[in-house]
Amino acid sequence: MMEEVKVIEIKKSVFAENEKDADALRKELKNKGVYLLNLMSSPGSGKTTTLIRTISLLKDKLRIAVMEADIDSNVDAVRIKEATGIQSIQLHTGGMCHLDAEMTRQGLDNLDLSDIDLVVLENVGNLVCPAEFDTGSCRNAMILSVPEGDDKPLKYPLMFSVCDVVVVNKTDVLPYFDFDLEKCRANVRMRNPQARVIPICAKTGEGVDVFADWLLEDVKNWKQNK
Amino acid sequence: MHELGIVFYIIRDVKAAAEENHVERVSGVVMNIGEVSTIVPEYLTDCWRWAADKETMLKGCELKINIVPAVTFCGDCKKEYETVRYGRTCPYCNSEHTWLLRGNEVEIKEIEVPNT
Ligand SMILES: Nc1nc2c(ncn2[C@@H]2O[C@H](COP(=O)(O)OP(=O)(O)O)[C@@H](O)[C@H]2O)c(=O)[nH]1
Ligand SMILES: [Mg+2]
Ligand SMILES: [Zn+2]
Repeated sequence: MMEEVKVIEIKKSVFAENEKDADALRKELKNKGVYLLNLMSSPGSGKTTTLIRTISLLKDKLRIAVMEADIDSNVDAVRIKEATGIQSIQLHTGGMCHLDAEMTRQGLDNLDLSDIDLVVLENVGNLVCPAEFDTGSCRNAMILSVPEGDDKPLKYPLMFSVCDVVVVNKTDVLPYFDFDLEKCRANVRMRNPQARVIPICAKTGEGVDVFADWLLEDVKNWKQNK
Repeated sequence: MHELGIVFYIIRDVKAAAEENHVERVSGVVMNIGEVSTIVPEYLTDCWRWAADKETMLKGCELKINIVPAVTFCGDCKKEYETVRYGRTCPYCNSEHTWLLRGNEVEIKEIEVPNT
């Protein structure tokens, strides 16, 4: 015998709830005067190295904390703390390939935000899933490293379309790779005409000041228009 | 594993919808999955089986997938074409000034509940 069924229409994107959570979190952070930067990239593009350089340039100007997301290790949070001395915690995603707004909120609950201007979230190394899940951050930045190729924006369009800044890292190896910076800019522009492209070398620190200046300015603006 | 994460969001939404509708058991969930949404349907149904059976309300509940074909629109010649076949570049006028109209959905279309 066939079981009769009743159909209830839902018609709702799986990402909709997360987007609501993210908007709510963003609003709360705005009220608290805390700026959250979501930093994304493939594994090994240089997120942690870039962060350490950036924090060193900004730590006298801004009160900074870092949340390191990783599937299960503690290495990055320890690296940040040892190199910069700032408040840094590790978030374990328990096998998840991204962080969503709820997980980000739980992470923030573990930080003392009372005297913090800027929180940087180092997202899970992956160009697909983090792009689909709004974390509630004020801005998204991503790092593309030279060995990954200048055509990445074409292969991962969503990631590039959600980012306000694209940092091109490892410029020291440009001579060894067939990576065309102008082509890369054009590819980013095609996906996201508003995005800023900032070439850096996190290893030597070259160009990191441009990124740090952008961030400082943006944090100030954001805190002012409260 | 991207699909497992997605399954947890589906479960959360389905449970909320069931509650809203005062339903105690859900026997089917129908999804609209876009052709270029990056979701692999077989992985999604595998993950679903594993996770849904852990939920009393969703034991044995079947996940049905409608694939939504991806269609791109060309801003220059105003024509539509198959995304998967032609990609970013318009096959009619060679323009790159194109955008996806549909095919990116990860959407719960409806739920089915036993009619008692
Ligand atoms: N050659 C070169 N290597 C770099 C640069 N920045 C980072 N690396 C190296 O890339 C590897 C991964 O860096 P890490 O910051 O841990 O990347 P994450 O996984 O994105 O956090 C490390 O071995 C770094 O030393 C750079 O500008 N040039
Ligand atoms: Mg890292
Ligand atoms: Zn055309």
